[in-house]
Amino acid sequence: MQEKKPSKAPKSPNATKAKSAAAKPAKTESKLSELQVTRERKTVIMQGNEAVAYGALDAGVNFFAGYPITPSTEVAEILASELPKRGGTFIQMEDEIASICAITGASLAGAKALTATSGPGFSLMQEGIGFAKITETPCVVVNVQRMGPSTGMPTSPAQGDIMQSRWGSHGDSPAIVLYPDSVKESYELTIRAVNLSEKYRTCVVLLLDEVIGHMRESVRLPDMANVRVINRIKPTVPPHWYKHYDENQKYLSPLASYGDGYRFHVTGLTHDAHGFPTNKSVEAGDMMDRLRKKITYNIRDLVQIESHEMDDAKIAIFTAGITARAAKAAIAMARYEGIKVGLLRPLTIWPFPDDAVRKMLRNVDTVIVPELNQGQMIREIRRLTKDKSDSNVVAIQRVNGQLITPNDILRKIKEVS
Amino acid sequence: MANIPQKIVHQYLRHDKKFPHVWCAGCSNGIILGAIIRAIASMDLNRDDLVMVSGIGCSSRMPVYIDMNTLHTLHGRSIAYATGIKMHKPKMKVIVVTGDGDCTAIGGNHLIHAARRNIDLSVILVNNNIYGMTGGQCSPTTPHDAVATTAPYGNIEPDFNVCDLAMGAGASFVARTTAFHVTEMQNYIQASLEHPGFSLIEVISACPVIYGRLNKKGGAPQMMKEFKDNSVPLTAIDKLPKEKVEGKIIRGILRKEIRPEYCAVYADLVSRVTPNNGGDK
Repeated sequence: MQEKKPSKAPKSPNATKAKSAAAKPAKTESKLSELQVTRERKTVIMQGNEAVAYGALDAGVNFFAGYPITPSTEVAEILASELPKRGGTFIQMEDEIASICAITGASLAGAKALTATSGPGFSLMQEGIGFAKITETPCVVVNVQRMGPSTGMPTSPAQGDIMQSRWGSHGDSPAIVLYPDSVKESYELTIRAVNLSEKYRTCVVLLLDEVIGHMRESVRLPDMANVRVINRIKPTVPPHWYKHYDENQKYLSPLASYGDGYRFHVTGLTHDAHGFPTNKSVEAGDMMDRLRKKITYNIRDLVQIESHEMDDAKIAIFTAGITARAAKAAIAMARYEGIKVGLLRPLTIWPFPDDAVRKMLRNVDTVIVPELNQGQMIREIRRLTKDKSDSNVVAIQRVNGQLITPNDILRKIKEVS
Repeated sequence: MANIPQKIVHQYLRHDKKFPHVWCAGCSNGIILGAIIRAIASMDLNRDDLVMVSGIGCSSRMPVYIDMNTLHTLHGRSIAYATGIKMHKPKMKVIVVTGDGDCTAIGGNHLIHAARRNIDLSVILVNNNIYGMTGGQCSPTTPHDAVATTAPYGNIEPDFNVCDLAMGAGASFVARTTAFHVTEMQNYIQASLEHPGFSLIEVISACPVIYGRLNKKGGAPQMMKEFKDNSVPLTAIDKLPKEKVEGKIIRGILRKEIRPEYCAVYADLVSRVTPNNGGDK
């Protein structure tokens, strides 16, 4: 596994994580449930998809509904074997639409629920993802990206679902999307995805690259004692006071489950604070504001970005997932030749880390955006650097089933330096 | 069947919040909601342990009005959401209210697979033979030759026999009745709630404002009278001459059998594989 140098920049992931862990009260943290069986943690060789499955179990996921699809199937296979042993539920549904619906239903009944899929299935799930978002129901969708469009190349990598994960469902809706670059981080971000879904009551998407899902790396998972698990806040008020979408601090409200005695209504129609459908423009506006503010007011908690060799960099590379690993190798080679180049790698791609990126690009002359698509993340960088001329934002794009190599990036670095 | 007074029915409604309702005058949905409430009240079930799930359509607006755990989902997906709830909390009783378009067109896949699994859901299919909420388009149960806004020259497609479909897919309780036969409907709903397994009740319902008008069926009373005159109970079929049965709505419990229920089978699997229970691994 590639070495991850802790950067001196203030926004290194370690610093961010440590800060948010310290700042949060222990209120929402739970004792280990039966699902989170303490295992002896040895260093093992593990696939990204396996890491997702074990991350889900360690985060307390007790419900999985899914449909087989390459290259995500291992997640379902492992959970089919592990969940029944731990008293959880595994069900193979008739399609991906049913899968997202089943996990949303289970979550409303109190489960921590997750599904895993790939491009075609992710497309089918979009309406259900929108439903989970408007009804503020926690759930996690893992999308192990393959090359599209349509059936595309099922076992080849692409980073083509970056915009779909943000805008895939119709209407304006919030999005939290995480993007790991290694097997270890797949484990960590799966736990974080489940935690964020419970905390912010929304559907969180975890995007994996096909090669990360299928790549085997040596990892040592942390002991369960070091895994931080967040559970949804349960209401404490009597049932007749309960509002399903209660606004308390920073738009994070308690969530009752079916069967708890609260007898609430949930609908995909635009609704009032009690969850009943409304046509009043004031209430509709309030609901949409609430969905937006839930994310924008908590952006510091949501954003994670790794800054690598950026202190003196004149050229920055901005990319996520597997392409960021190629970039790190290219940076090592370029630095050997004396070129000052660094990497910014978002672990949270949505909400887009605007402020952090703007700040870190202030002293940089050129930004290179390598990505395995025809230009998705680069739009965001162009948006943030519009005071610079366009020639300062340079693309490396490839969509033929092959990866962008360190040499491809090195060549571009030399071209612009 | 217990006789449930109006006062009790009223207690089961979200009467202080959500009325007047959205349904047209003469619609059967209110009658069906009443039958569901009477069935629940006569069984003395705890409302906290009941969930009503629906999809999109006129009948799918029902959960708003009833005071229990309620979920109004996406078009066609009610059974998939219900499956998630039932699997996580098998002790809860899950009622699915769905329409003919919702259940047999866009949601047909979920219907057949839930029936195949024999998961304990009580699906009440309100069949008014048309898409009412969108203004009268033909559905898979619109009779051949009937008029709809998307079949202005008469429906050229054959229609679904939904009960046969459910039985073919493996549903263990299947019944059919009409909105006219209220007591029968209440009994079937009660039987389906008591039945351990997937149950489907097809309720033929009246949409006088759209279906009735397009097909010159008269008003709601005429449509109700048609349900009365034009249906025969299953038990009477053998005694009646063939011409009196042909083309009629067959009412009755078409299937009732005990098959392993999905949640119970899953619980059994869990106890087999859980290490603490002496399972193999």
